[in-house]
Amino acid sequence: MEERDLICIVCPRGCHLHVDKDLNVTGNFCPRGAVYGKQEVTNPTRVVTSTVRIEGANLAMCPVKTKDPIPKGKIFEVMSSINSVKIVAPVHIGDVIIKDVAGTGVDVVSTRDMEKI
Amino acid sequence: MLTKDLVIIGGGSAGLAAAIGAYDNGVRDILVIEKGPFLGGILNQCIHNGFGLTEFKEELTGPEFASRFIKQAEERGIECLLNSVVTNVTCDKVVTFVNKGGTTKIKAKAIVMAAGCYERSPGAISLPGDRPSGVINAGQAQLYLNEHGLMCGKRVFILGSGDIGLIMARRLTLEGAKVLGVAELCAWSNGLNRNMVQCLDDYNIPLYLSHTVTNVIGKSRLEKIVISKVDENNVPIEGTEKEFEVDTLILSVGLIPNNILMVKAGAEIARNNGCLVNDKLETSIPGIYSCGNVLHVHDLVDNVVEEAREAGKNAAKYILGNNEINLSSINTKAGEGIGYVVPARIVIGDDEKDATLKFRVRKPSKDVYILFEQNGKVLKKMFKPAIIPSEMEITKLSKELLVKGDELVIRMVKKEAK
Ligand SMILES: Cc1cc2nc3c(=O)[nH]c(=O)nc-3n(C[C@H](O)[C@H](O)[C@H](O)COP(=O)(O)OP(=O)(O)OC[C@H]3O[C@@H](n4cnc5c(N)ncnc54)[C@H](O)[C@@H]3O)c2cc1C
Ligand code: SF4
Repeated sequence: MEERDLICIVCPRGCHLHVDKDLNVTGNFCPRGAVYGKQEVTNPTRVVTSTVRIEGANLAMCPVKTKDPIPKGKIFEVMSSINSVKIVAPVHIGDVIIKDVAGTGVDVVSTRDMEKI
Repeated sequence: MLTKDLVIIGGGSAGLAAAIGAYDNGVRDILVIEKGPFLGGILNQCIHNGFGLTEFKEELTGPEFASRFIKQAEERGIECLLNSVVTNVTCDKVVTFVNKGGTTKIKAKAIVMAAGCYERSPGAISLPGDRPSGVINAGQAQLYLNEHGLMCGKRVFILGSGDIGLIMARRLTLEGAKVLGVAELCAWSNGLNRNMVQCLDDYNIPLYLSHTVTNVIGKSRLEKIVISKVDENNVPIEGTEKEFEVDTLILSVGLIPNNILMVKAGAEIARNNGCLVNDKLETSIPGIYSCGNVLHVHDLVDNVVEEAREAGKNAAKYILGNNEINLSSINTKAGEGIGYVVPARIVIGDDEKDATLKFRVRKPSKDVYILFEQNGKVLKKMFKPAIIPSEMEITKLSKELLVKGDELVIRMVKKEAK
């Protein structure tokens, strides 16, 4: 592995991390930064947040997220899957909207309670 | 006239947390007045994650964070009135609001102002050139897209590197738009580091620091924009122009406290348009408190709810007659290198041990000390390996250290090289 300088994005503090050839992480204020640093150089992942069309609610869109981070390279595949579904109210926070999105093993879930009107 | 112990203006995260803070400190007769159709405020349109790490020790999206506070308010049976706009507040604490039922006046024992902020407009930054459609504020574009499913355009340029602009750069890219770049007047980014990485670097969106938009061209719809590099006095440098063919220009050029009601009520107003408050978050009108983005613009909602609960607690003390009167206070001052300080005053001799001070530096700096001084005497000294304007600093100062009369000055000094 090549040495890399990264900015930790796990929390807003944004620590400047240095990851050396043996995956040792320095510059992290807390342990989560070390986990992130290793992960980012080996298999970078992101939580994707977006919206899906909803019928029968008082807004046109229901916000959703991937329940866990997905590989960075899969972001656009996940997005096209999210954009192909339409749901019907009511939905609640945590309801599964798409199971195993784009073969990532991760579900897309609702992030807002939207009642039927 | 109707009466209430406590009226809260705005049902965003600040208003809800203030209501909860007041309830938990013994007040029951509370009314939250919200102009929109939902509680939760701006968070409902902030569908990205990154909220709640301090408050809930987990990473939530905006609507998820909001829903937890809505639930906490519901559990306490706090009365919230939706679709109702507060149109006037007086210094003797009469609140007027308008809704479908007409105009209503309420006499309150105390008020918490929590009306959030609004976005700086193209006019306010003297944006040059034409005014075709396609020039839009970032928060507005976010609302259209995230709640109504409407895209603002296909080829987009963003002016201003504040967090909302960065978040929108990613959001529009994910929805299929081409974001050609972000221009920032300052020589540094005004967004959080994490947003720089996740929103721009991840999608190879270029950031033009020390650049601004110098022309906007288009008849009915935006056709192109011109950006130029600026010198250290922010004056565009001739010959550095770059053109971008875009149908949309998004402005993310700052937020301003939505504080007009308090201006009209005659409260003392700070330079940022928020109220001058003391460390109890009480404005210059006794019994009226201010918190959240209407006081000063916060980047983290976790800090908003913390501040708002405190405002609610202090309003409760006022209502229940538990606060000491006729205490003296000292003024605070943003010295060298510091942009602003909240609160503007610290009450001396009350039962609070510490005063919470919030401030921002003027520009990114490394290896500095932040000094808290009264009359040239250093009361507290903080070392900061790195400090940036986009992250608000919060610290506590023991009130025992403070003496009556003298101003408390906060300033930044460079750590001297050995
Ligand atoms: C676009 C945007 C993106 C953000 N992104 C993040 C982020 O990624 N992470 C993070 O932690 N924080 C983020 N923040 C900051 C955080 O969301 C806010 O600081 C916080 O939610 C503000 O809460 P508030 O209650 O002060 O304001 P608001 O949520 O704006 O609430 C104010 C409420 O008052 C109501 N109101 C206004 N005037 C009146 C009136 N006259 N009568 C009745 N009601 C009225 C409004 O309708 C609104 O509901 C973001 C802020 C914005 C603006
Ligand atoms: S290392 Fe820890 S404190 Fe620093 S940014 Fe990462 S998560 Fe935040």
